[in-house]
Amino acid sequence: MNYPISKFSSPLQRVTGLLFVMTLYVVIANTFFAPDSFWHVSDYSVTLLGKYLCYALLALSVDLVWGYCGILSLGHGAFFALGGYAMGMYLMRQIGDRGVYGNPDLPDFMVFLSWDSLPWFWMGSDSFVWMIVMVVLAPGLLAYVFGAMAFRSRVSGVYLSIMTQAMTYALLLAFYRNEMGFGGNNGLTDFKDILGFSLQSGGTRLSLFVLTTLFLGLAYFICHRIVNAKAGKVVMAIRDAESRTRFVGYNTASYKVWLFTFSAVLAGIAGALYVPQVGIINPGEFSPINSIEMVIWVAIGGRGTLYGAIVGALVVSYAKTRFTAIMPEAWLFALGGLFVLVTLLLPKGLVGLWPQVKASFLQRWPSNKEKTL
Amino acid sequence: MTLIKALLKLTLISVSLSAPLKAAEFENFESAVSELPQTDFKTLPALLEGIAELDDPRISALLKHLSDGEVYFLKSDKKVFYVVDQADGSAQIVDVLSGDKVADIEKKQLNKVKTNNSIRKGIGQLQAQLNINHPDPDIRLTAAREMLADVSRMSDKRLKSRLDKESDGDVLEVLTLISALKQFTQDDTESQFAALEQLDSTLEPDVRQVLITASLDTENYAPEVLAKIKDTMASIDNQRNLYSYAENIFFGLSLGSVLLLAAIGLAITFGVMGVINMAHGEMIMLGAYTTYVIQQWFPNLIEYSLLIAVPAAFIVSGTVGIIIERSVIQFLKGRPLETLLATFGVSLILQQLVRTVFSPLNRQVIAPEWMSGSWQINPVFSVTFNRLYIIVFSLVVFFMLLIFLKKSALGLHVRAVAQNRDMARALSIRSNWVDAATFGLGSGIAGIAGVVLSQLTNVGPNLGQAYIIDSFLVVVFGGVGNLWGTLVSAMTLGVLNKFLEPLTGPVMATIIVLVGLVFFIQKRPMGLFPQKGRAVE
Repeated sequence: MNYPISKFSSPLQRVTGLLFVMTLYVVIANTFFAPDSFWHVSDYSVTLLGKYLCYALLALSVDLVWGYCGILSLGHGAFFALGGYAMGMYLMRQIGDRGVYGNPDLPDFMVFLSWDSLPWFWMGSDSFVWMIVMVVLAPGLLAYVFGAMAFRSRVSGVYLSIMTQAMTYALLLAFYRNEMGFGGNNGLTDFKDILGFSLQSGGTRLSLFVLTTLFLGLAYFICHRIVNAKAGKVVMAIRDAESRTRFVGYNTASYKVWLFTFSAVLAGIAGALYVPQVGIINPGEFSPINSIEMVIWVAIGGRGTLYGAIVGALVVSYAKTRFTAIMPEAWLFALGGLFVLVTLLLPKGLVGLWPQVKASFLQRWPSNKEKTL
Repeated sequence: MTLIKALLKLTLISVSLSAPLKAAEFENFESAVSELPQTDFKTLPALLEGIAELDDPRISALLKHLSDGEVYFLKSDKKVFYVVDQADGSAQIVDVLSGDKVADIEKKQLNKVKTNNSIRKGIGQLQAQLNINHPDPDIRLTAAREMLADVSRMSDKRLKSRLDKESDGDVLEVLTLISALKQFTQDDTESQFAALEQLDSTLEPDVRQVLITASLDTENYAPEVLAKIKDTMASIDNQRNLYSYAENIFFGLSLGSVLLLAAIGLAITFGVMGVINMAHGEMIMLGAYTTYVIQQWFPNLIEYSLLIAVPAAFIVSGTVGIIIERSVIQFLKGRPLETLLATFGVSLILQQLVRTVFSPLNRQVIAPEWMSGSWQINPVFSVTFNRLYIIVFSLVVFFMLLIFLKKSALGLHVRAVAQNRDMARALSIRSNWVDAATFGLGSGIAGIAGVVLSQLTNVGPNLGQAYIIDSFLVVVFGGVGNLWGTLVSAMTLGVLNKFLEPLTGPVMATIIVLVGLVFFIQKRPMGLFPQKGRAVE
């Protein structure tokens, strides 16, 4: 690894540095500034920001497979939602007898369906450690099985995209069913606390936010290491010429399966961090349009850069919050327009905009090039 | 078993409760009517049963007036009259026997023949039985069917006289069943056997019910009769299963033809051109909305609205498709994933456009009268006209498209460009123009699918989204670039879905089919009928 000499010139340092500064600022501004101060960050904003950062983590996982390996997954929402459901199940069990029906063992919706015991897949869901295992295992296993089958039979390109979409659509339908045992249409909600801390309190929210940034930073670091390692070069080779890479002697399917699985686990973790902050998980998270929105974050931010995905997720999510508040009608127009314009005019996304402008500037006045150099 | 027995007991009890009183016997209508003034609530039902046994055209009028409370008798000589109140407050008095108007009697001189609710109910049943002699064969058929549920309600005499007179085949068939059932209830093994022979292949649910009841009644039937009942029921159930298969296949084909219509446009744009058009569902939606607009513009032409809507939807969706192709897709040639994203953006814009123009609520599209109704082939199998038309229509569209691609000059150009763009251009085919036309064609057909879907589902902004995944799966399953494959795969998926539904429920069936498809594509990534040759990667 040869890092550049200048301190904040590598994307890794810039991103982790920025994340650190932002977290530090939010923590200080939330705790020490008076609520009416201009610099104060309200609990609401902390949660909102935490939500965006979950999206950023999700976008990172999409960029890892799409930007670096050319696997356009239209089903990453499924992994996100599975992680979320794993967390939701744990939070459901933490409600205990404070639910509407006051049953100490069964979540409300099971009492409502007049079930008399927990289904087998809810076993152990009251343990925090088991929840963490499930957050990793549920999306990871699905991605591994799906990826192993798909990549070994060399399904790729558009076919794969449509299959991932079918997968999340099937899960959407399945989770809508009450018999599945995940709360059906309403999903899991009315959470009270996590590890004994109330989810409503500002302190818990701030901690969750800090935890999210930590995970995002860590995930970014790992992704960065992966794509810069030798394995990352192979992955990019697969993206650019899969057959050739295979002929050279690499087992491309195995690389793709593991990358896909890792990416799914990241998405699952994002979901698990997302649920306690927004307080609900329902089958809507599985809907194909959500997965496509994730792809658009990456496309708008700029794919194949990792930090572009984070930028895209933050910008688009913020725009969505603003737009849907001011002009709900216009949001889909704007989102759809963004899709079209970005793919047509900005193939490298927002983060590719500056180099593009600079390049055309230098091209027009070549003399400046010598001066700056 | 215990449950069934309990149910049986219940039905037996209710049957014995509603069983008619012993009917009185009368020489003729006149003598029966003369008894009317002497009746009370208890004796009236038996008297009416007796009257109903008679064969006289005046009976139905009597029953009708009786249930309306319009039958009176003279206090003096007990002669019976109808008293019908007129609009002007006066009462018209008519002699029951002769049907003549009587002017010289005051209402004061008359007493009413009193009825209560249960008697009026009984009269209703009697009227239904009398319908067995109605001149209209359809009414006779309904009456006979009703009788089948409880054959004791029909007297042997009336059955016999009707059997001799009946000319309509369907009614005769039901009457034969009634007589067989009557024979079956006799306490004699020989006639029971003979009756079972006749009941062998009937599909009437009532007959089956009787046999089920009998097969559990081990006390009143001899063991050999019970064995015969079992055989008969097995043969009946065989037939029923056969027809329920037929029904499943029909429903499956109708679902398949909807899938075919939705997917066939995609088979052109995706299959032949290789363009991933995520806005395909919105083309379908535009077609459905076109139908709605046509019905709003021409409220007097509802019956013809679909016929107008088909070409209109083709033009609307086709035009939008050409605009999309020229403004977006042509710049993304050879970049399928980018095309996917851009067209998805287009689909969002179109959805929101519709939401802004027509409101996000579902719109009501009226079904013309000729689309409703059904064709009852037998008691367990009927075919609704709208499904039948849709199957036929989708096949017509399919074959027209096939002929167009194979026989027309434009079709030839489309195939040439799809196979080898550079060579086609070298042979002076304007490939850009062909691209736009092909995309317009595929989109236009999606619009036609929208017209059909407007008859089946809610017309709302999200209509298209529900079909986009299905459409892609159909095309991929059938093999990209192969229209016949699309036909086979749409019908297969439709039938498969409908056969799974009774076993697993509709949602689970969809899920199983989806998961099955995912597995299938992994086994055979090129679909059922893969393309061969050098063009394949």
